[in-house]
Amino acid sequence: MDDRVILRVGAKMLIPFILLFALYVQFHGDYGPGGGFQAGVIFAAGFILYALVFGLPNVQKALPPKAVYVCSAVGVLLYAGVGYVTLALGGNFLDYGVLRHDPEHGQHLGILLVELGVLITVFGVMVAVFYAFAGRRRLEA
Amino acid sequence: MIEVVDVTLLILLSVTALAIIRQRNLFAAIMLAGIYSLLSAGLFVVMDAVDVAFTEAAVGAGISTILVLGTLALVGHEEHKPKHRPILPLFVVTVTGAILVYGTVDLPPFGDPANPIHHHVAPHYLEESEHEIGVPNVVTSVLASYRGYDTMGETTVIFAAAVGVLLLLARGPMPRRVLVGGRWVTVAADADEPPEEGDKGGGDETAEEAEPGGVADG
Repeated sequence: MDDRVILRVGAKMLIPFILLFALYVQFHGDYGPGGGFQAGVIFAAGFILYALVFGLPNVQKALPPKAVYVCSAVGVLLYAGVGYVTLALGGNFLDYGVLRHDPEHGQHLGILLVELGVLITVFGVMVAVFYAFAGRRRLEA
Repeated sequence: MIEVVDVTLLILLSVTALAIIRQRNLFAAIMLAGIYSLLSAGLFVVMDAVDVAFTEAAVGAGISTILVLGTLALVGHEEHKPKHRPILPLFVVTVTGAILVYGTVDLPPFGDPANPIHHHVAPHYLEESEHEIGVPNVVTSVLASYRGYDTMGETTVIFAAAVGVLLLLARGPMPRRVLVGGRWVTVAADADEPPEEGDKGGGDETAEEAEPGGVADG
């Protein structure tokens, strides 16, 4: 692995931009194509690229499997949590209008939060599944 | 002009599909499947479904290719020659395909504005999204707000899928809990020896009482 200089340097240069692009896709989803799902996949792709070039142990130092498992669950909880908050504020489940005085602002906030939940879960799930596959040894034939 | 793009993409799609069928080398087949997804993403762009195209390119051509390659690293690169004759599968596929094509006869014409799907809730979404949600991308407002309940279900399904995969595959690196001096301690799966009593180096210790016999062997 150590002599693949072009791959290592190229990946190192690309990964920050991949992560940044994922955030752009996330927060620009209101205006253009994209959203939590795509952003989560792209964000995970950044880490998977790192794992492919620098090896699984190195990426797991930066992003331990435990953190990834927690991410997968936290996103769903955040999404459902927004639903329960709207219930508590007197609206319907996932009726974001009640989150703010102005229903339109409430919708913005609600969409931002649930898209964040989708991002976190999709990111966690993609990396967790990748870890599960990459962490296994080859079957002895 | 757009027809030329359509026809080119569809021909390339068919060629890729045929190449996948004929390919015995699984590595090449996976690469072709990635190309197939990318071509499908191109088709979705032509049909103005950019959000779907985005997902197809990122998931179909990107992540799933990587995951299948990861599987390949575990199971080997060559497909065994099938022992059975292909006549029965060919028959099943042909009949199923014919039924599906027959089913499309009853479908409303593609892209016709008079189709029922364009007269149910879609006009409301398109006209009212501006005032009700205030998000310029109607896809986002439908996905996250009007159909937020569905999207929550989808997110839960993704989570459930991960739980399933991890239950099946991630047996190795899961930590296990061992009884050390009357307390349950979480240790890494690859640790041979449980930590000594009073050893604070692990950082993973859990002081809580565990249920009797609750050692999860990873």
